[in-house]
Amino acid sequence: MDIHEYQAKKILSDFGVTIPRGGIVYSPENAENKAREIGGSRWVVKAQIHSGARGKAGGIIVCDSPLEVAQATDKLLGKKLVTNQTGPEGKIANRIYIEEATDIERELYLGLVFDRSSESIMVVASTEGGMSVEEISKEKPETIIRSKIEVAVGMQSFQARELAFGLGIEPDLIRRASETIIGCYKAFSELDATMVEVNPLVISKQKQILALDCKMSFDNNAMFRRSQVSELRDKTQEDAKEVFASDRGLNYVSLDGNIGNIINGAGLAMASMDMIKLAGGSPANFLDVGGGATPEKIVKAFKLVTMDEKVKVILVNIFAGINRCDWVAEGIVEALKKIEVNVPLVIRLAGTNVEKGNQILKESKINYIEANTLEDAANKAVAALNK
Amino acid sequence: MTVLIDKNSKIIIQGFTGKMGTFHADEMIKYGSNVVGGVTPGKGGSKHLNLPVFNTVKDAVSETGADASILFVPPAFAADSAMEAADAGIKTCVAIVDGIPSHDMIRIKRYMRRYTKSSKMTLVGPNCAGIISPGKSMLGIMPGHIYKEGRIGIISRSGTLGYEAAQQLKNLSIGVSTSVGIGGDPINGSSFRDIIEKFETDDETDAILMIGEIGGPQEVAAGEFAKENMKKPVIAYIAGLTAPKGRVMGHAGAIVSAYGESAIEKVEILKECGITISKNPSVMGDTVKAVLEKI
Repeated sequence: MDIHEYQAKKILSDFGVTIPRGGIVYSPENAENKAREIGGSRWVVKAQIHSGARGKAGGIIVCDSPLEVAQATDKLLGKKLVTNQTGPEGKIANRIYIEEATDIERELYLGLVFDRSSESIMVVASTEGGMSVEEISKEKPETIIRSKIEVAVGMQSFQARELAFGLGIEPDLIRRASETIIGCYKAFSELDATMVEVNPLVISKQKQILALDCKMSFDNNAMFRRSQVSELRDKTQEDAKEVFASDRGLNYVSLDGNIGNIINGAGLAMASMDMIKLAGGSPANFLDVGGGATPEKIVKAFKLVTMDEKVKVILVNIFAGINRCDWVAEGIVEALKKIEVNVPLVIRLAGTNVEKGNQILKESKINYIEANTLEDAANKAVAALNK
Repeated sequence: MTVLIDKNSKIIIQGFTGKMGTFHADEMIKYGSNVVGGVTPGKGGSKHLNLPVFNTVKDAVSETGADASILFVPPAFAADSAMEAADAGIKTCVAIVDGIPSHDMIRIKRYMRRYTKSSKMTLVGPNCAGIISPGKSMLGIMPGHIYKEGRIGIISRSGTLGYEAAQQLKNLSIGVSTSVGIGGDPINGSSFRDIIEKFETDDETDAILMIGEIGGPQEVAAGEFAKENMKKPVIAYIAGLTAPKGRVMGHAGAIVSAYGESAIEKVEILKECGITISKNPSVMGDTVKAVLEKI
């Protein structure tokens, strides 16, 4: 789960990281007042969307008066921003963050992620803040320093100090820099985060260490014990169909092809998508209804896939294990009574009681194309598309 | 020797009296697994499915001599249950449950560092289908009848794709020595490398089919291990050629975030390690067959 910049800043400041003064606004009037309240003579107006690279997309505006702040807010509020991370459909800025401008002396990079090889938390830092970590590792890999943190004992002061000295931070600021790095680590480990990124982490001309932009992502599996974090979810930043799916216990990812998929199991779903591609087609979605594939889930899956106007063929591929094909077939027949499907439907059942399942489908009056293997199913789906 | 479990493995069910625990315990018993009891804290001393229920894993182990366990407890309690099993002397533990926080998985693995290699429990999963040694024992939730007895070892992150492979092999009259579902989470108890190493020394296994997917370093680590250390042939299929970068594809661990984690990159690296690649998921069986004919 991702959250907004201003939410991440609030969290990190609770863990002792200094952030520029700022506040969230929902209207230009609101913004003008907020700018006066913050004080100073320059402000930054920042569109809050779940994406980096907002500056290049015109989502960040520097202003010299409260009036300009109001105008910038008016311009950004409700605006669709397209970045290299949002895809062509972009994301809408419904919240605007107003912040005092910072006089920047140096920009640094600080990121924390899970390292799957060592099964620990990896801190990555670089003197080249402001660039994305991908760009840094491509263009200035020699500036990257890493520190592996043993989760059982947590981050030690010396590890933070080593990173701070490694970034060339002047001796007077080392202590504050270490506290900042440890604050980010604590936020990561105490809130079940999967990523914390402060980019840039700046040293201001006034010798303050500030988190100028931050991002945090969290482990969905841990949200049951992090209600204060899960409340920060902003569904308007997510694909509507993906929200519909996740609210109903389905795993769905929207893609740009035209063959809709209903499959049980994530691996089998990816494999079926691969087969569609090899057969010359293109999947409209990834959809895992779960290993169990209960009739209720099948109904929800049909509802979801038929919501997508791109879908010109639907492919159902179920490998029944503990659930049986006859049961799954009944679920499909039931779903098609409730939901109108106006595109060709290819169904492949396999596993427990497959004969019985196929018999139920045949005896029902549903209009479908039967397939026997993974390959057969993909070929028939692509052929149905071309008819 | 059979990898991880055999006919004599004494199995207990953790979360025995719950709906999932009851259903799958019954399936395992029907398959012929030697289920000797279960654990539900607070229900010790009672009987369930005609088998004894214990309050703690330690009690279950000392009363029954159990050496294998399977977890059907909610994600919030799974880490605790796995550590309890490790401490009680269980040798092989399967965590079926989907939804364990990554921080909890790291905690379990750190906890297990206190044991020496010979006394350390093998944890398989979470978010997996479990282990089956066809005709001998099933410690999992898979449909046992699709596995034919034989000499191929299967390791899969995905449950249903592992079933697909077993079915393809069966259709070609090829059987399975042991199939291990290692699960779809980013941090798991046993990696591909851990399990292929066990298969290499298993005299009931001739070749290994490894079914991987996008995300994480484990397929590559296994490939590098195989190149250096293995005599038995390894066949691999990697799912997710069409998966977009940076998106989680169902499994929490199925996300491409670094070089070497996409399907195409994994296939290239595995080929360089001398592993035979199944070009697509519908020829996993055929690819194994072709390799067997060359042995």
